[in-house]
Amino acid sequence: MKQNNFGYLVHEGVRSLFRHGFTSFAAICITAVCLVIFGCFGMIAYNLGLLLDDLQAESRVLVFVDENYSQAEAKSVGSQINLMDNVADAVFVSREEAFAKFLAQNEDDEVYEGVEAATLRDQFEITLIDNSKMDETIAALRGMQGVAKVNAQTGVVNRLLTLQTFAGTAAAVVAPVLLLVSLVIIFNTIKLAMLDRREEIAIMRMVGATKQFIRLPFVVEGLLLGLFGSILSFFVLWGVYDLIRNAIAASLDFMSLIPFTQMLIPVAMLCGGIGLFIGVLGSLMSIRKFLKV
Amino acid sequence: MIDLINAVKTYETGTRALNGVDIHIDDGEFVFLVGQSGSGKSTIIKLLTGEIKPDGGSVLVNGYRLESIRRSSVPYLRRTLGVIFQDFRLIANKTVYENVSFAMRVIGASNAEIKKRVPYVLDLVGLETKARRLPHELSGGEQQRVAIARALINNPTMIIADEPTGNLDPARSFEIMLLLEQINALGTTVMVVTHEKGLVDRFTKRVIAIEGGKVISDGMDGYYNYEAE
Repeated sequence: MKQNNFGYLVHEGVRSLFRHGFTSFAAICITAVCLVIFGCFGMIAYNLGLLLDDLQAESRVLVFVDENYSQAEAKSVGSQINLMDNVADAVFVSREEAFAKFLAQNEDDEVYEGVEAATLRDQFEITLIDNSKMDETIAALRGMQGVAKVNAQTGVVNRLLTLQTFAGTAAAVVAPVLLLVSLVIIFNTIKLAMLDRREEIAIMRMVGATKQFIRLPFVVEGLLLGLFGSILSFFVLWGVYDLIRNAIAASLDFMSLIPFTQMLIPVAMLCGGIGLFIGVLGSLMSIRKFLKV
Repeated sequence: MIDLINAVKTYETGTRALNGVDIHIDDGEFVFLVGQSGSGKSTIIKLLTGEIKPDGGSVLVNGYRLESIRRSSVPYLRRTLGVIFQDFRLIANKTVYENVSFAMRVIGASNAEIKKRVPYVLDLVGLETKARRLPHELSGGEQQRVAIARALINNPTMIIADEPTGNLDPARSFEIMLLLEQINALGTTVMVVTHEKGLVDRFTKRVIAIEGGKVISDGMDGYYNYEAE
Protein backbone atom coordinates (compact mmCIF):
# COMPACT_ATOMS: atom_id res chain seq x y z
CA MET A 1 0.00 0.00 0.00
CA LYS A 2 1.31 3.42 -0.93
CA GLN A 3 2.53 5.71 1.86
CA ASN A 4 0.09 8.54 1.05
CA ASN A 5 -2.79 6.07 1.02
CA PHE A 6 -1.83 4.67 4.40
CA GLY A 7 -1.84 8.15 5.93
CA TYR A 8 -5.22 8.87 4.34
CA LEU A 9 -6.75 5.64 5.63
CA VAL A 10 -5.44 6.18 9.16
CA HIS A 11 -6.85 9.70 9.04
CA GLU A 12 -10.22 8.30 7.92
CA GLY A 13 -10.19 5.84 10.84
CA VAL A 14 -9.48 8.60 13.36
CA ARG A 15 -12.14 10.82 11.80
CA SER A 16 -14.74 8.07 12.04
CA LEU A 17 -13.86 7.58 15.70
CA PHE A 18 -14.71 11.20 16.43
CA ARG A 19 -17.70 11.25 14.07
CA HIS A 20 -19.36 8.63 16.30
CA GLY A 21 -18.20 10.37 19.45
CA PHE A 22 -20.77 9.00 21.88
CA THR A 23 -20.66 5.35 20.79
CA SER A 24 -16.87 5.50 20.60
CA PHE A 25 -16.77 6.93 24.12
CA ALA A 26 -19.11 4.19 25.37
CA ALA A 27 -17.00 1.47 23.72
CA ILE A 28 -13.82 2.91 25.24
CA CYS A 29 -15.41 3.09 28.71
CA ILE A 30 -16.83 -0.45 28.57
CA THR A 31 -13.49 -1.82 27.41
CA ALA A 32 -11.74 0.09 30.19
CA VAL A 33 -14.19 -1.15 32.84
CA CYS A 34 -13.73 -4.75 31.71
CA LEU A 35 -9.97 -4.39 31.74
CA VAL A 36 -10.05 -2.74 35.20
CA ILE A 37 -12.11 -5.59 36.70
CA PHE A 38 -9.89 -8.17 35.05
CA GLY A 39 -6.77 -6.25 36.12
CA CYS A 40 -7.94 -6.01 39.75
CA PHE A 41 -8.36 -9.77 40.03
CA GLY A 42 -5.03 -10.28 38.30
CA MET A 43 -3.20 -7.91 40.62
CA ILE A 44 -4.80 -9.42 43.74
CA ALA A 45 -3.70 -12.88 42.63
CA TYR A 46 -0.23 -11.54 41.83
CA ASN A 47 0.15 -9.88 45.25
CA LEU A 48 -1.12 -12.95 47.07
CA GLY A 49 1.40 -15.00 45.14
CA LEU A 50 4.19 -12.70 46.29
CA LEU A 51 2.89 -12.80 49.87
CA LEU A 52 2.85 -16.57 49.76
CA ASP A 53 6.37 -16.62 48.37
CA ASP A 54 7.48 -14.45 51.31
CA LEU A 55 5.66 -16.69 53.76
CA GLN A 56 7.19 -19.70 52.14
CA ALA A 57 10.63 -18.21 52.52
CA GLU A 58 9.99 -17.31 56.15
CA SER A 59 7.79 -20.12 57.37
CA ARG A 60 9.42 -23.19 58.88
CA VAL A 61 7.94 -26.52 59.81
CA LEU A 62 9.40 -27.67 63.10
CA VAL A 63 9.88 -31.41 63.49
CA PHE A 64 10.65 -32.64 67.04
CA VAL A 65 12.53 -35.92 67.30
CA ASP A 66 11.62 -38.54 69.89
CA GLU A 67 13.50 -37.66 73.15
CA ASN A 68 14.66 -41.25 73.47
CA TYR A 69 16.67 -40.92 70.23
CA SER A 70 20.39 -40.18 70.52
CA GLN A 71 21.75 -37.25 68.52
CA ALA A 72 23.16 -39.63 65.90
CA GLU A 73 19.78 -41.37 65.59
CA ALA A 74 18.05 -37.99 65.41
CA LYS A 75 20.33 -36.95 62.51
CA SER A 76 19.43 -40.11 60.63
CA VAL A 77 15.78 -38.99 60.83
CA GLY A 78 17.01 -35.76 59.16
CA SER A 79 18.42 -37.64 56.20
CA GLN A 80 15.01 -39.33 55.70
CA ILE A 81 13.30 -35.94 55.87
CA ASN A 82 15.67 -34.54 53.26
CA LEU A 83 14.63 -37.31 50.87
CA MET A 84 11.03 -36.09 50.87
CA ASP A 85 9.83 -34.47 47.62
CA ASN A 86 8.48 -31.25 49.09
CA VAL A 87 11.39 -30.54 51.44
CA ALA A 88 13.81 -27.88 50.28
CA ASP A 89 16.00 -27.97 53.35
CA ALA A 90 16.03 -29.57 56.82
CA VAL A 91 18.41 -27.94 59.33
CA PHE A 92 19.23 -29.91 62.44
CA VAL A 93 18.95 -28.01 65.76
CA SER A 94 20.24 -29.97 68.74
CA ARG A 95 18.44 -29.72 72.07
CA GLU A 96 21.43 -27.71 73.39
CA GLU A 97 21.20 -25.18 70.55
CA ALA A 98 17.45 -24.99 71.00
CA PHE A 99 17.90 -24.46 74.73
CA ALA A 100 20.45 -21.66 74.15
CA LYS A 101 18.03 -19.96 71.79
CA PHE A 102 15.20 -20.42 74.26
CA LEU A 103 17.25 -18.89 77.07
CA ALA A 104 18.26 -15.97 74.91
CA GLN A 105 14.59 -15.25 74.18
CA ASN A 106 13.53 -15.59 77.82
CA GLU A 107 16.60 -14.47 79.84
CA ASP A 108 14.66 -12.13 82.11
CA ASP A 109 11.91 -14.58 82.88
CA GLU A 110 12.43 -16.22 86.26
CA VAL A 111 9.78 -18.84 85.57
CA TYR A 112 12.22 -20.74 83.36
CA GLU A 113 15.02 -20.88 86.00
CA GLY A 114 16.13 -24.45 86.52
CA VAL A 115 15.00 -25.63 83.10
CA GLU A 116 17.62 -27.84 81.45
CA ALA A 117 18.51 -28.68 77.88
CA ALA A 118 17.33 -32.24 78.43
CA THR A 119 13.78 -30.89 78.80
CA LEU A 120 13.78 -30.07 75.10
CA ARG A 121 13.96 -32.31 72.07
CA ASP A 122 16.33 -32.39 69.11
CA GLN A 123 14.54 -30.78 66.19
CA PHE A 124 14.64 -29.96 62.48
CA GLU A 125 13.70 -26.63 60.91
CA ILE A 126 12.26 -27.54 57.56
CA THR A 127 11.74 -25.24 54.57
CA LEU A 128 9.18 -26.51 52.10
CA ILE A 129 9.37 -26.25 48.34
CA ASP A 130 5.62 -25.72 47.89
CA ASN A 131 3.49 -24.47 50.75
CA SER A 132 0.30 -25.53 49.03
CA LYS A 133 1.33 -29.14 49.79
CA MET A 134 2.04 -28.33 53.43
CA ASP A 135 -0.76 -30.52 54.83
CA GLU A 136 0.35 -33.63 52.95
CA THR A 137 3.97 -33.06 53.94
CA ILE A 138 3.07 -32.62 57.60
CA ALA A 139 1.01 -35.83 57.53
CA ALA A 140 3.95 -37.68 55.99
CA LEU A 141 6.31 -36.25 58.62
CA ARG A 142 3.97 -37.31 61.42
CA GLY A 143 3.96 -40.84 60.13
CA MET A 144 7.73 -41.02 60.07
CA GLN A 145 9.46 -43.15 62.67
CA GLY A 146 11.30 -41.10 65.30
CA VAL A 147 9.16 -38.00 64.83
CA ALA A 148 7.46 -37.05 68.08
CA LYS A 149 5.69 -33.87 67.02
CA VAL A 150 5.32 -31.51 64.06
CA ASN A 151 4.59 -27.78 64.45
CA ALA A 152 3.53 -25.53 61.59
CA GLN A 153 1.37 -22.48 61.06
CA THR A 154 -0.85 -23.97 58.41
CA GLY A 155 -3.84 -21.70 59.06
CA VAL A 156 -2.51 -18.46 57.52
CA VAL A 157 -0.91 -20.21 54.60
CA ASN A 158 -4.05 -22.17 53.82
CA ARG A 159 -6.24 -19.09 54.02
CA LEU A 160 -3.93 -17.15 51.70
CA LEU A 161 -3.78 -20.09 49.34
CA THR A 162 -7.57 -20.27 49.26
CA LEU A 163 -7.72 -16.54 48.56
CA GLN A 164 -5.16 -16.82 45.80
CA THR A 165 -7.00 -19.73 44.22
CA PHE A 166 -10.23 -17.76 44.42
CA ALA A 167 -8.72 -14.66 42.81
CA GLY A 168 -7.07 -16.74 40.10
CA THR A 169 -10.26 -18.69 39.38
CA ALA A 170 -12.36 -15.53 39.43
CA ALA A 171 -9.99 -13.89 36.95
CA ALA A 172 -10.10 -16.97 34.73
CA VAL A 173 -13.91 -17.18 34.83
CA VAL A 174 -14.68 -13.47 34.68
CA ALA A 175 -12.05 -12.58 32.05
CA PRO A 176 -13.66 -14.36 29.08
CA VAL A 177 -17.07 -12.92 29.95
CA LEU A 178 -15.69 -9.39 30.24
CA LEU A 179 -13.63 -9.72 27.10
CA LEU A 180 -16.70 -10.98 25.24
CA VAL A 181 -18.68 -7.96 26.47
CA SER A 182 -15.94 -5.61 25.21
CA LEU A 183 -15.77 -7.47 21.93
CA VAL A 184 -19.53 -7.17 21.38
CA ILE A 185 -19.48 -3.45 22.20
CA ILE A 186 -16.59 -2.73 19.83
CA PHE A 187 -18.18 -4.96 17.19
CA ASN A 188 -21.39 -2.93 17.42
CA THR A 189 -19.59 0.41 17.40
CA ILE A 190 -17.73 -0.48 14.23
CA LYS A 191 -20.88 -1.93 12.71
CA LEU A 192 -22.64 1.35 13.41
CA ALA A 193 -19.81 3.23 11.74
CA MET A 194 -20.06 0.90 8.78
CA LEU A 195 -23.81 1.24 8.50
CA ASP A 196 -23.32 4.99 8.55
CA ARG A 197 -20.84 4.65 5.69
CA ARG A 198 -22.64 1.87 3.83
CA GLU A 199 -23.21 4.07 0.80
CA GLU A 200 -19.60 5.18 0.83
CA ILE A 201 -18.41 1.57 0.99
CA ALA A 202 -20.66 0.65 -1.95
CA ILE A 203 -19.17 3.52 -3.94
CA MET A 204 -15.66 2.52 -2.94
CA ARG A 205 -16.31 -0.98 -4.22
CA MET A 206 -17.83 0.32 -7.40
CA VAL A 207 -14.83 2.51 -8.24
CA GLY A 208 -12.42 -0.36 -7.63
CA ALA A 209 -11.30 -0.19 -4.01
CA THR A 210 -9.61 -3.34 -2.77
CA LYS A 211 -10.89 -5.06 0.37
CA GLN A 212 -7.74 -4.01 2.18
CA PHE A 213 -8.42 -0.35 1.34
CA ILE A 214 -12.01 -0.55 2.61
CA ARG A 215 -11.07 -2.51 5.69
CA LEU A 216 -8.17 -0.46 7.00
CA PRO A 217 -10.02 2.64 8.31
CA PHE A 218 -12.35 0.40 10.33
CA VAL A 219 -9.47 -1.66 11.66
CA VAL A 220 -7.76 1.60 12.67
CA GLU A 221 -10.96 2.70 14.40
CA GLY A 222 -11.27 -0.61 16.28
CA LEU A 223 -7.61 -0.51 17.17
CA LEU A 224 -7.95 3.03 18.54
CA LEU A 225 -11.05 2.08 20.57
CA GLY A 226 -9.11 -0.80 22.11
CA LEU A 227 -6.01 1.33 22.63
CA PHE A 228 -7.86 4.21 24.32
CA GLY A 229 -9.79 1.70 26.44
CA SER A 230 -6.57 0.07 27.57
CA ILE A 231 -4.85 3.40 28.30
CA LEU A 232 -7.84 4.52 30.36
CA SER A 233 -7.97 1.20 32.21
CA PHE A 234 -4.24 1.39 32.94
CA PHE A 235 -4.50 4.74 34.71
CA VAL A 236 -7.72 3.81 36.52
CA LEU A 237 -6.05 0.61 37.73
CA TRP A 238 -3.06 2.63 38.89
CA GLY A 239 -5.27 5.03 40.86
CA VAL A 240 -7.46 2.31 42.39
CA TYR A 241 -4.46 0.19 43.27
CA ASP A 242 -2.66 3.06 45.00
CA LEU A 243 -5.79 3.87 47.00
CA ILE A 244 -6.10 0.26 48.18
CA ARG A 245 -2.39 0.01 48.83
CA ASN A 246 -2.39 3.15 50.98
CA ALA A 247 -5.47 1.97 52.89
CA ILE A 248 -3.82 -1.39 53.62
CA ALA A 249 -0.57 0.27 54.64
CA ALA A 250 -2.45 2.48 57.10
CA SER A 251 -4.51 -0.27 58.68
CA LEU A 252 -2.73 -3.61 58.36
CA ASP A 253 0.83 -3.97 59.72
CA PHE A 254 1.36 -7.56 58.68
CA MET A 255 0.43 -7.09 55.04
CA SER A 256 1.64 -4.76 52.34
CA LEU A 257 1.11 -4.58 48.58
CA ILE A 258 3.99 -3.98 46.21
CA PRO A 259 4.08 -0.53 44.56
CA PHE A 260 2.24 -0.27 41.25
CA THR A 261 5.44 0.94 39.61
CA GLN A 262 6.87 -2.56 40.06
CA MET A 263 4.06 -3.96 37.90
CA LEU A 264 4.02 -1.09 35.40
CA ILE A 265 5.31 -2.95 32.36
CA PRO A 266 3.37 -6.23 32.75
CA VAL A 267 0.12 -4.37 33.51
CA ALA A 268 0.64 -1.97 30.58
CA MET A 269 1.43 -4.85 28.24
CA LEU A 270 -1.55 -6.88 29.42
CA CYS A 271 -4.00 -3.96 29.14
CA GLY A 272 -2.58 -2.84 25.80
CA GLY A 273 -2.39 -6.34 24.36
CA ILE A 274 -5.93 -7.32 25.32
CA GLY A 275 -7.36 -3.91 24.34
CA LEU A 276 -5.74 -3.92 20.91
CA PHE A 277 -6.67 -7.55 20.33
CA ILE A 278 -10.38 -7.07 21.02
CA GLY A 279 -10.40 -3.78 19.09
CA VAL A 280 -8.96 -5.31 15.94
CA LEU A 281 -10.92 -8.55 16.27
CA GLY A 282 -14.19 -6.65 16.83
CA SER A 283 -13.65 -4.51 13.73
CA LEU A 284 -12.60 -7.42 11.51
CA MET A 285 -15.67 -9.39 12.58
CA SER A 286 -18.06 -6.53 11.87
CA ILE A 287 -16.61 -5.67 8.46
CA ARG A 288 -16.70 -9.21 7.06
CA LYS A 289 -20.21 -9.19 5.71
CA PHE A 290 -19.86 -5.71 4.19
CA LEU A 291 -16.95 -6.85 2.09
CA LYS A 292 -18.83 -9.56 0.27
CA VAL A 293 -18.94 -8.46 -3.36
CA MET B 1 -14.48 -3.99 -25.26
CA ILE B 2 -17.51 -6.02 -24.19
CA ASP B 3 -18.24 -9.49 -25.49
CA LEU B 4 -21.20 -11.45 -24.14
CA ILE B 5 -21.64 -14.82 -25.81
CA ASN B 6 -24.78 -16.80 -24.97
CA ALA B 7 -24.76 -15.35 -21.43
CA VAL B 8 -27.20 -17.03 -19.06
CA LYS B 9 -28.10 -15.98 -15.53
CA THR B 10 -30.67 -17.51 -13.20
CA TYR B 11 -31.10 -16.07 -9.70
CA GLU B 12 -31.47 -18.20 -6.57
CA THR B 13 -35.18 -17.43 -6.57
CA GLY B 14 -35.45 -19.33 -9.85
CA THR B 15 -35.95 -16.21 -12.00
CA ARG B 16 -34.14 -16.55 -15.31
CA ALA B 17 -32.87 -13.02 -15.92
CA LEU B 18 -30.71 -13.67 -18.99
CA ASN B 19 -31.55 -16.36 -21.47
CA GLY B 20 -28.63 -16.53 -23.88
CA VAL B 21 -27.56 -12.93 -24.52
CA ASP B 22 -25.09 -12.11 -27.29
CA ILE B 23 -23.70 -8.57 -27.29
CA HIS B 24 -20.48 -7.27 -28.75
CA ILE B 25 -19.42 -3.67 -28.15
CA ASP B 26 -16.16 -2.38 -29.59
CA ASP B 27 -13.91 0.22 -27.99
CA GLY B 28 -15.06 3.76 -28.72
CA GLU B 29 -18.71 2.89 -29.42
CA PHE B 30 -21.76 4.69 -28.00
CA VAL B 31 -24.57 2.24 -27.26
CA PHE B 32 -28.03 2.51 -25.76
CA LEU B 33 -29.26 -0.57 -23.93
CA VAL B 34 -33.03 -0.36 -23.72
CA GLY B 35 -35.82 -2.46 -22.38
CA GLN B 36 -38.74 -2.53 -19.96
CA SER B 37 -38.38 -3.09 -16.23
CA GLY B 38 -37.45 -6.70 -15.57
CA SER B 39 -36.12 -7.23 -19.07
CA GLY B 40 -32.61 -8.04 -17.86
CA LYS B 41 -30.86 -4.64 -18.22
CA SER B 42 -29.80 -4.47 -14.56
CA THR B 43 -28.54 -8.05 -14.65
CA ILE B 44 -26.33 -7.14 -17.62
CA ILE B 45 -24.86 -4.21 -15.64
CA LYS B 46 -24.25 -6.47 -12.64
CA LEU B 47 -22.50 -8.96 -14.91
CA LEU B 48 -20.35 -6.30 -16.54
CA THR B 49 -19.25 -4.84 -13.20
CA GLY B 50 -18.40 -8.24 -11.70
CA GLU B 51 -21.14 -8.07 -9.10
CA ILE B 52 -22.51 -11.43 -10.23
CA LYS B 53 -21.16 -14.23 -12.42
CA PRO B 54 -22.97 -15.81 -15.38
CA ASP B 55 -24.30 -19.34 -15.00
CA GLY B 56 -23.54 -20.10 -18.62
CA GLY B 57 -21.86 -18.62 -21.68
CA SER B 58 -18.97 -16.20 -21.50
CA VAL B 59 -18.56 -12.55 -20.61
CA LEU B 60 -15.42 -10.65 -21.56
CA VAL B 61 -15.01 -7.05 -20.35
CA ASN B 62 -11.88 -5.01 -21.07
CA GLY B 63 -9.80 -8.18 -21.13
CA TYR B 64 -11.30 -9.73 -17.97
CA ARG B 65 -13.09 -13.03 -18.43
CA LEU B 66 -15.90 -12.70 -15.90
CA GLU B 67 -17.21 -16.24 -15.72
CA SER B 68 -13.91 -17.25 -14.12
CA ILE B 69 -12.68 -13.99 -12.58
CA ARG B 70 -11.16 -14.22 -9.09
CA ARG B 71 -12.72 -12.03 -6.40
CA SER B 72 -9.42 -10.29 -5.83
CA SER B 73 -9.34 -9.21 -9.50
CA VAL B 74 -12.81 -7.61 -9.45
CA PRO B 75 -11.56 -4.23 -8.10
CA TYR B 76 -9.08 -4.04 -10.97
CA LEU B 77 -11.82 -4.79 -13.52
CA ARG B 78 -13.90 -1.99 -12.00
CA ARG B 79 -11.02 0.47 -12.38
CA THR B 80 -11.39 0.08 -16.14
CA LEU B 81 -15.07 1.08 -15.87
CA GLY B 82 -16.82 4.26 -14.80
CA VAL B 83 -20.33 3.66 -13.52
CA ILE B 84 -23.04 6.31 -13.29
CA PHE B 85 -26.32 5.73 -11.46
CA GLN B 86 -29.78 7.25 -11.62
CA ASP B 87 -29.57 8.35 -7.97
CA PHE B 88 -26.06 9.87 -8.41
CA ARG B 89 -24.69 8.06 -5.31
CA LEU B 90 -22.61 10.95 -4.05
CA ILE B 91 -21.26 11.06 -0.51
CA ALA B 92 -23.38 13.68 1.23
CA ASN B 93 -20.75 15.04 3.62
CA LYS B 94 -18.00 15.36 1.01
CA THR B 95 -17.60 18.33 -1.29
CA VAL B 96 -17.71 18.03 -5.07
CA TYR B 97 -13.90 18.00 -5.13
CA GLU B 98 -13.72 15.34 -2.41
CA ASN B 99 -16.37 13.17 -4.06
CA VAL B 100 -14.34 13.12 -7.25
CA SER B 101 -10.87 12.85 -5.67
CA PHE B 102 -12.15 10.03 -3.45
CA ALA B 103 -12.32 7.73 -6.50
CA MET B 104 -8.65 8.50 -7.19
CA ARG B 105 -7.70 7.87 -3.55
CA VAL B 106 -9.28 4.47 -3.77
CA ILE B 107 -6.89 3.35 -6.48
CA GLY B 108 -3.87 4.77 -4.64
CA ALA B 109 -3.26 7.99 -6.60
CA SER B 110 -0.80 10.46 -5.08
CA ASN B 111 -1.81 13.92 -3.84
CA ALA B 112 0.06 15.49 -6.76
CA GLU B 113 -1.86 13.37 -9.28
CA ILE B 114 -5.16 14.22 -7.57
CA LYS B 115 -4.42 17.97 -7.56
CA LYS B 116 -3.63 17.84 -11.27
CA ARG B 117 -6.44 15.59 -12.49
CA VAL B 118 -9.51 16.65 -10.45
CA PRO B 119 -9.66 20.30 -11.64
CA TYR B 120 -9.23 19.11 -15.24
CA VAL B 121 -12.18 16.69 -15.01
CA LEU B 122 -14.36 19.17 -13.12
CA ASP B 123 -13.67 21.65 -15.90
CA LEU B 124 -14.63 19.01 -18.47
CA VAL B 125 -18.07 18.54 -16.86
CA GLY B 126 -18.52 22.28 -16.28
CA LEU B 127 -18.25 22.27 -12.49
CA GLU B 128 -14.90 23.98 -11.95
CA THR B 129 -16.53 26.80 -9.97
CA LYS B 130 -18.50 24.46 -7.69
CA ALA B 131 -15.67 22.32 -6.37
CA ARG B 132 -16.25 23.34 -2.76
CA ARG B 133 -20.01 22.82 -2.76
CA LEU B 134 -21.71 19.93 -1.01
CA PRO B 135 -24.03 17.70 -3.10
CA HIS B 136 -27.21 19.09 -1.51
CA GLU B 137 -26.20 22.58 -2.67
CA LEU B 138 -26.33 21.46 -6.31
CA SER B 139 -29.19 20.85 -8.75
CA GLY B 140 -29.99 17.32 -9.95
CA GLY B 141 -28.19 17.92 -13.26
CA GLU B 142 -25.13 19.23 -11.47
CA GLN B 143 -25.11 16.26 -9.12
CA GLN B 144 -25.17 13.92 -12.09
CA ARG B 145 -22.25 15.87 -13.58
CA VAL B 146 -20.31 15.22 -10.36
CA ALA B 147 -21.12 11.51 -10.73
CA ILE B 148 -19.89 11.65 -14.34
CA ALA B 149 -16.70 13.43 -13.21
CA ARG B 150 -16.16 10.70 -10.61
CA ALA B 151 -16.72 8.01 -13.25
CA LEU B 152 -14.22 9.71 -15.56
CA ILE B 153 -11.54 10.56 -13.02
CA ASN B 154 -9.58 7.33 -13.33
CA ASN B 155 -9.62 7.52 -17.09
CA PRO B 156 -11.72 4.36 -17.66
CA THR B 157 -11.97 2.77 -21.07
CA MET B 158 -15.73 2.48 -20.67
CA ILE B 159 -18.56 4.41 -19.00
CA ILE B 160 -21.68 2.49 -18.00
CA ALA B 161 -24.56 4.82 -17.23
CA ASP B 162 -27.54 3.16 -15.55
CA GLU B 163 -30.61 5.37 -16.16
CA PRO B 164 -28.45 8.51 -15.82
CA THR B 165 -31.35 10.85 -16.60
CA GLY B 166 -34.05 9.08 -14.62
CA ASN B 167 -34.15 11.83 -11.96
CA LEU B 168 -33.75 14.80 -14.29
CA ASP B 169 -36.07 17.03 -16.28
CA PRO B 170 -35.93 16.79 -20.14
CA ALA B 171 -33.62 19.80 -20.57
CA ARG B 172 -31.08 18.55 -17.97
CA SER B 173 -31.39 15.02 -19.39
CA PHE B 174 -30.44 16.27 -22.82
CA GLU B 175 -27.44 18.17 -21.40
CA ILE B 176 -26.21 15.02 -19.65
CA MET B 177 -26.57 13.02 -22.84
CA LEU B 178 -24.60 15.67 -24.74
CA LEU B 179 -21.89 15.47 -22.11
CA LEU B 180 -21.75 11.67 -22.47
CA GLU B 181 -21.55 12.13 -26.24
CA GLN B 182 -18.59 14.51 -25.76
CA ILE B 183 -16.88 11.98 -23.53
CA ASN B 184 -17.42 9.32 -26.19
CA ALA B 185 -15.92 11.64 -28.78
CA LEU B 186 -12.75 11.73 -26.65
CA GLY B 187 -12.44 7.94 -27.14
CA THR B 188 -14.24 6.45 -24.16
CA THR B 189 -16.79 3.71 -24.83
CA VAL B 190 -20.21 4.71 -23.48
CA MET B 191 -23.09 2.41 -22.67
CA VAL B 192 -26.31 4.10 -21.57
CA VAL B 193 -28.99 1.91 -20.02
CA THR B 194 -32.35 3.61 -20.25
CA HIS B 195 -36.02 3.21 -21.02
CA GLU B 196 -36.56 6.85 -22.09
CA LYS B 197 -37.70 6.52 -25.66
CA GLY B 198 -37.70 10.25 -26.40
CA LEU B 199 -34.11 10.69 -25.36
CA VAL B 200 -32.88 7.71 -27.37
CA ASP B 201 -34.66 8.97 -30.43
CA ARG B 202 -32.85 12.31 -30.27
CA PHE B 203 -29.49 10.61 -30.79
CA THR B 204 -28.64 8.50 -33.77
CA LYS B 205 -26.79 5.77 -31.97
CA ARG B 206 -26.66 2.02 -31.81
CA VAL B 207 -29.59 0.67 -29.77
CA ILE B 208 -29.64 -2.80 -28.23
CA ALA B 209 -33.10 -3.82 -27.04
CA ILE B 210 -33.59 -6.49 -24.38
CA GLU B 211 -36.80 -8.32 -23.62
CA GLY B 212 -37.31 -11.38 -21.45
CA GLY B 213 -33.58 -11.82 -20.95
CA LYS B 214 -32.81 -11.87 -24.69
CA VAL B 215 -31.58 -9.37 -27.27
CA ILE B 216 -34.55 -8.70 -29.55
CA SER B 217 -32.99 -6.02 -31.72
CA ASP B 218 -29.59 -4.46 -32.24
CA GLY B 219 -28.94 -1.72 -34.74
CA MET B 220 -28.80 1.95 -35.65
CA ASP B 221 -32.55 2.18 -36.21
CA GLY B 222 -33.35 3.66 -32.82
CA TYR B 223 -35.65 2.88 -29.95
CA TYR B 224 -38.85 3.66 -31.78
CA ASN B 225 -38.47 0.68 -34.15
CA TYR B 226 -37.98 -1.65 -31.20
CA GLU B 227 -41.29 -0.53 -29.71
CA ALA B 228 -43.04 -1.15 -33.00
CA GLU B 229 -41.93 -4.79 -33.08
